[in-house]
Amino acid sequence: MGLAPTPAVPAQKVSTPDLTAVRRARTPEGPNYGAAILFLFPAAILLVVFLLYPSLYTILLSFNRGRNGVFEQWVGFDNYVRLFTDPDFINLSTFPPSGALWNNVLWIVFYTSIVIFLGLIIAVVAARVRYESVIKAIVFIPMAISATALAVIWKFVYSPDANIGLLNAILGAFGVSPISWLGDENLVNFALIAVGIWGSVGFATVILSAAVKSIPAEVIESARVEGANERQIFFRMILPMVSLPISVLAVTLVVNVIKLFDLIYVMTAGGPGKASRVIAFTMYQQAFQAGQYGYGSAVAVVMLVVLIPIMIYNVRRFRTGAVT
Amino acid sequence: MSVLAEAMAGSRPRTPAGRLVAALNHWAIHVALGLIGLIWLVPTLGLLVTSFRPRSDIQATGWWDIFNLHLTLENYRQVLEAQGMLPAFMNTVFIAVPSTVLPIAICALAAYAFSWVRFPFRDTLFLIVIAFLLVPVQVAFIPLLTTATALVPDLQLTRGYVAIWLAHTAFALPFGIFLLRNFFITLPPDMIEAARIDGASDFRVFSQIVVPVSVPAIAAYGIFQFLWVWNDLLMALVFVQDSSKYPMTRAIQNLLSQYGTEWHLLAAGAFLLMIVPLIVFFSLQRYFVQGLLAGSIK
Repeated sequence: MGLAPTPAVPAQKVSTPDLTAVRRARTPEGPNYGAAILFLFPAAILLVVFLLYPSLYTILLSFNRGRNGVFEQWVGFDNYVRLFTDPDFINLSTFPPSGALWNNVLWIVFYTSIVIFLGLIIAVVAARVRYESVIKAIVFIPMAISATALAVIWKFVYSPDANIGLLNAILGAFGVSPISWLGDENLVNFALIAVGIWGSVGFATVILSAAVKSIPAEVIESARVEGANERQIFFRMILPMVSLPISVLAVTLVVNVIKLFDLIYVMTAGGPGKASRVIAFTMYQQAFQAGQYGYGSAVAVVMLVVLIPIMIYNVRRFRTGAVT
Repeated sequence: MSVLAEAMAGSRPRTPAGRLVAALNHWAIHVALGLIGLIWLVPTLGLLVTSFRPRSDIQATGWWDIFNLHLTLENYRQVLEAQGMLPAFMNTVFIAVPSTVLPIAICALAAYAFSWVRFPFRDTLFLIVIAFLLVPVQVAFIPLLTTATALVPDLQLTRGYVAIWLAHTAFALPFGIFLLRNFFITLPPDMIEAARIDGASDFRVFSQIVVPVSVPAIAAYGIFQFLWVWNDLLMALVFVQDSSKYPMTRAIQNLLSQYGTEWHLLAAGAFLLMIVPLIVFFSLQRYFVQGLLAGSIK
């Protein structure tokens, strides 16, 4: 679908302020308030009640003690101070750092880059074989499946019992004793990120495959005629030409990471201990398991704030797209 | 074959040594792709095989022990009847269908206004919709739960399905409006203007011209939204408080916390959750991929 073209509406100034006359005339040039209100009403009411009002309420609540979600005691930035001094949320005093926010950083770095890397490799390599669509479909299947099912599939693969878990069975064949992938604080985040990658590579492959195929064959062919080898063609031609889809994909994947919840909740419930918590998990845990509504609201606001630059990026890109 | 593949196939090396290298490269590609296929199939396949193996077998040997394979439907019978997966399946249907139909209808209406009705601040409002695309559901949890209880304590929205229907619908709107609006504005203006000149009202233009010609886009969005709701756990955790109304994702999560090592139950349960998305995926793959592509290049 690409960047949105200019709305197909003539850019004429509205000549008459008389609403009823405009309505009766039904010219496409004049504003049609009646139709606008009727068509937008259901969406507008839901967006205001379920998105706009709760966002503002949550922001206010994050400055309150907020037990049971009621404004009872204003505490200023206290919730935020507690949050950013909470070693379970972010702890930079150790090396490597730890905490939920740091785990999101790990996810963003490893998940995003590896998904894009594998997606691009598979998209380019699979385009050279006849069973391309089969490979793409296989890699894409996890996209259709619930994160809950994904979690069950991989808890099974990761099982520390070598008679049940495939991974430990394979290691066992080489004489390695079983590893508790999800029970080791140092491994758990990477084990989870691997599952996330497995679940998202299909998405990247489909997107990047479409982008790679939009490169005209003559361009590649003429480069080859002029003596470019496969590596040069990939790095100097294909890669720059798919850089826009890659950046869009990267943004989408980063947003996925910030909203990441189901997989963590089902696979480890943030454990062992608190080792695999992420920001969205912390919000749920603080608000609904610890009953700290004000504190939980502060976490939700942090999520919102982290996403705001991406919102601005999207809006900007859409506006420039709509202009050109 | 793709344009790229054709271009690559067009440059066959001409020397024997070059041909050998090309052949080796070719084998390397097949091996690499075969490996990728295995990595992406085997985990799911392993769970599928496990779901049909008797409990005693699962505890004795790994699922890859295919020479001693006994198959049974007992796991499915047990998980459906004793573990309540049948009502949970129905609950998922009851949650997913309205949470798909409502957003389609509301998004199509709004998208029509954003593409073919003139009104002031239209583009500004649309930019706000784009900004709303990224508002995390987490900001809605506490206000919606507490306000709903405070305003109408007797209604107990989270006891039924109403809360989750409305929450799913509201959070589906920005994406749906965005997707459908981008499709609607590609329709030829002449078609819509001709209908208006003939005296058709906006609602007739919408229902008899715009919607019928946009069925592929609406289907793509509908499939995307249906699978999203079907697969959701988080919204169900927050907005479905009555355990008799839990969808499958919650039922499986409960199974996992109660019987974390009873793989005969977990495997069967997970496949009951996956079966509908897999059917949708394999039968409507084209629409599904279209929806994803359209949604991501935003």
